[in-house]
Amino acid sequence: MTTNAQKEMTVKEKQEVTAPAEQTRPGAVFVPSVDIFETDKQITLLADLPGVASETLTIDLRDNILTLSGEVKPFEGADERDLLIEYEVGKYYRQFTLSDVINQNKIDAQLKDGVLRLTLPKVEKAKPRTITVSAG
Amino acid sequence: MFFPRFLGMPNIGSMRPFEELNRMRKQMDRIMDSLMDAKAQGLQSGVFPAINLTEDDNHFYLRAELPGIKADDLDIQATGRNITIVGERKLDTEDAAAKYHRREREGGRFSRAVAMPKEIDADRVEARMQNGVLTLKVPKSESAKPRRIAIGS
Repeated sequence: MTTNAQKEMTVKEKQEVTAPAEQTRPGAVFVPSVDIFETDKQITLLADLPGVASETLTIDLRDNILTLSGEVKPFEGADERDLLIEYEVGKYYRQFTLSDVINQNKIDAQLKDGVLRLTLPKVEKAKPRTITVSAG
Repeated sequence: MFFPRFLGMPNIGSMRPFEELNRMRKQMDRIMDSLMDAKAQGLQSGVFPAINLTEDDNHFYLRAELPGIKADDLDIQATGRNITIVGERKLDTEDAAAKYHRREREGGRFSRAVAMPKEIDADRVEARMQNGVLTLKVPKSESAKPRRIAIGS
């Protein structure tokens, strides 16, 4: 990440979810930024979920659809007055479709410093295998 | 000419009585345009990180979302009534063989200075990092705290 180290960060405005279903509770819902990368053995998903505690994060997997949903508590105390508000807080919500390649029983999730790391191991048969041909 | 004399204007501008008005109208348009732009972009200063500043009677609270940033990578300083937050977000280097499908998270350096609206007690600023959200609890100096005035009978 040498190129990244030189770069100045810029503010990215939070992107609101374009209604997956009608919201029944008030409050904004945002799409978290993610990195997804794949190696021979596994697919890794990193998601930025600032303000989400592990108790309020739900990772749900059914019918090959992985749903991330994280609640964020309002940041301020009741007797605080707003002076400058540059970002909003709200729920995080994002869905991904998984293929059958993923071993769905061995998914591992870790939440640290507001970043979720989800490791999705591939099933054995999907791992590429080189077959050595022996000359006989 | 009737208009210039009536309005008490000097004769020099009398040939184009509406020029001044036109100029004002253009200026107003420009101001309105810039206001509209500011509204469309929200109240963002565009400097990372975006912050929320609130206050109660005794403290200012400054919050910023900094996911994945460790406390060691942050340098927070308070001078006078200014608070500066300098840091770097390092994204872990992943397996070189990894093939990326999505790459939306960004890393890089950042620095931001924020002036508190009133005098602060710079020695007693508390910083806390929780779930990727930085919270600074900044005590107001005694002179900046509101005082209840008792009314004598």
